[in-house]
Amino acid sequence: MDIYLVEAIVNGVLLGGVLALLALGLNLIFGVIDVVWIAYADVVMCGMYALYWLYVGLGWPLWLACVIAIVGLAGFGALIHLLIIEPILKTAPINQLLATGGLLFFLQSFATLLFGTDFRNIGVRLPIIEIGDVYISYARLLAFAIALIGAIALYVFLRRTFIGTAIRAIAQDRDIIGLMGADQRRIYLITSMIGGALAGLAACLLALQYDVHPFIGNTFGPLIFMICVLGGLGNMIGGFVAAFVISQIIAIGGYYSNTELSYVLAFTLFIVLMFLRPRGILSR
Amino acid sequence: MTARYAMLAGVFGMLIVPPLFASSYVMHLVIQILLWGFVYTAWSMMGRFGLVSLGHGAFMGVGAYVPALLWNYYGVTPWLGIPLGMALAVLLGIAIGYPCFRLKVVGHYFALVTLALSQIVLLSVTAARDITGGSLGLTQNAAGFSWFALQFPDKRYFYAIALALWLGGLAAWHAIDRGIGRQVLEAVSEDEEAAAAIGIDVMREKLRVTTISAALTALGGAIFGQYLMYLNPETVSGIAVSLQIVFAAIVGGMYAMLGPTAGALLTISLNEGLRVAFATNFIGAANTIYGILLILCIIFMPRGILGVVERLTLRRVRSKSQRII
Amino acid sequence: MLSLAAVSAGYGSFRALFEVSLEVPRGEAVGVIGPNGAGKTTLMRVISGLVPLSGGTMTFDGRPVGDLPAHRIVEQGIAHVPENRRLFPRLTVEDNLRIGAFIPQARRRFAERLDRVFALFPRLKERRYQLAGTLSGGEQQMCAIGRALMSGPKLLLMDEPSAGLAPLMVDQVFELVHRIRADGLTVLIVEQNVRHVLDVVDRAYLLEVGSIKLGGTSAELKGNDFIRKSYMGL
Repeated sequence: MDIYLVEAIVNGVLLGGVLALLALGLNLIFGVIDVVWIAYADVVMCGMYALYWLYVGLGWPLWLACVIAIVGLAGFGALIHLLIIEPILKTAPINQLLATGGLLFFLQSFATLLFGTDFRNIGVRLPIIEIGDVYISYARLLAFAIALIGAIALYVFLRRTFIGTAIRAIAQDRDIIGLMGADQRRIYLITSMIGGALAGLAACLLALQYDVHPFIGNTFGPLIFMICVLGGLGNMIGGFVAAFVISQIIAIGGYYSNTELSYVLAFTLFIVLMFLRPRGILSR
Repeated sequence: MTARYAMLAGVFGMLIVPPLFASSYVMHLVIQILLWGFVYTAWSMMGRFGLVSLGHGAFMGVGAYVPALLWNYYGVTPWLGIPLGMALAVLLGIAIGYPCFRLKVVGHYFALVTLALSQIVLLSVTAARDITGGSLGLTQNAAGFSWFALQFPDKRYFYAIALALWLGGLAAWHAIDRGIGRQVLEAVSEDEEAAAAIGIDVMREKLRVTTISAALTALGGAIFGQYLMYLNPETVSGIAVSLQIVFAAIVGGMYAMLGPTAGALLTISLNEGLRVAFATNFIGAANTIYGILLILCIIFMPRGILGVVERLTLRRVRSKSQRII
Repeated sequence: MLSLAAVSAGYGSFRALFEVSLEVPRGEAVGVIGPNGAGKTTLMRVISGLVPLSGGTMTFDGRPVGDLPAHRIVEQGIAHVPENRRLFPRLTVEDNLRIGAFIPQARRRFAERLDRVFALFPRLKERRYQLAGTLSGGEQQMCAIGRALMSGPKLLLMDEPSAGLAPLMVDQVFELVHRIRADGLTVLIVEQNVRHVLDVVDRAYLLEVGSIKLGGTSAELKGNDFIRKSYMGL
């Protein structure tokens, strides 16, 4: 087999890890509690900028910057819920999409105001591992590992803990969750914070591989929505697998023809899947 | 009712004045307001019935690129190219709309599907860069002043075209309002199953409104292309354009006939105002404000600015009638 | 144990309850009967905290609970089995029971309570990994009651437990109420099935159009002419 094809496949797998990590938080927010943050990718972008500012701008140690980014984004997630989602929770879900669409506008342009449109890089170069003739980026390997751990951890959390069960329940019948002794607002807040933290985690790993610019959210935003749907909304393991399917389509498609067409294929697949929807979405 | 006609007359009057007195720059702004108002109105025909589409960038893109490409490569007049583009947009709309309506893909799921559609169009145009120029854009072959090529260096011609389009859009809106379709669709957005149970052909009404919306949006895109003499996939099909359409329609108020136009007035004035005030220092300032406005609008004014105006005028009418009784 | 004094409540501008007063003594079973739309469900939702009071007071165990939100009321020891069961359809039976034990004091005793509920409802144990939405009506009712019991309540509110059930299941449900009472639980039942409920409760109230029209022991109500004619078809 052509070595470049092998490399494409391998990198596709590793890209899958990155996408899986990105999709985790969104799957929790969109897939499990059925709240639409169309600006999720831009929240990640904020995390990347925060990392850049703390590490490159202020010179703080990288690990500290990562921790702050993650915690900060968790708080941001709570804010998004309190200020934007909660007031419109009782109205049609499309409003959440539109309101967070406003957030998307705001974040992208605010970032432009603060940082300009240049591409920024945090300048951390992780080693490239060479196996045979194939080059594998260590950063992508790390992302893969963390995505896997994250997916499993989230799965266990949702299935086995009381709060995880409450999180799964709240999208099915929001009104009586109070009768179980669970505070509706608290559940949404906790989930939003976890979602934000996961976005922060993704931001840290993304920053190691990619430049950040205000519109980076547009490149993977629609993609991770697709991944959530493909894997079955709320299905953590499914989302993990779906990320790899999508990334393979993109990687192999990019190898055989050009990148844009492989994305076209992926999006077309998304539309078809929405029509064929697995049961989980149908019952909503 | 009189209030609405007065508003219409006032706006109309304001628009008759420019070609006679205004500078090229003001004309440019007015043309933009009219054309975008037209596109936003077309979008709102679907949006007001709960069919919130994030994919109208796809229709604009198709509507703009088809006549431009046919002209550049085959010398086909836009008089043919534009209807072709519109037809293609309608086909796309139905291809996506039919399965969605059939399979009950509604609300935010519908929005996501339309978003995917606009991405597909955007990426396809970019991918076919050998033909379309990709992200560098496409310029139509210049033909000077030409009815055949639908190119007019004199802005006043485009002003007339834009005005005609805008009025046409309002007429279409009015026709939908009056038609049985409107009642059907309002019933549908309240309770789809009940509407279907009465025997209303929900599917047909939804497809009809999608067809009109797609066709008019494509037309708007085409005229934009002819006016600006430059096309770029991002500016016609990007997610930003789709969100901008949604923003303007919602903030202006998509349930009132002049709401989307109010949205156009707002966005263009805001853009220009910020540009003039801050020049290039604050790139992105406009969108920052849009973002906040959209959020506030959804939470506090879901019927938009014109919706608030309507509610206030209604209240005044109601209290007046109570006094009579 | 539970006492409502002149409680009024409604939904927006629509008033559903008008100065309702009732008492549920500890260890007893009390019924609330009345026609459709009388406000029985609203009464339940007011007690469990889903609907706020617009007037009057409510005390439980001597403590005022009128302005507590639903999740706080559960902590006080009141559990509500909602009308139409309202199970979480895409969660398993066990998960539904698990979430019933959400409050901290119930979590600690989760394992033993789960065993007790399964002992009470062996059928649920068989179907513990089945999605709740796929259960039959009777099984759903059992699950809903079990879920409420998981929080270890002192007072159990049951809203129309016999609704939509086959006669055999209805008998079983009221059997169950007997057993729960035997365990020392106080019960407040809202029911349309007057005959059955008067057989299982100690006292009852008649709620019509948002107001209490009659109240007394179940014997008194069973002998009451109006009740016999209007609600028992005699």
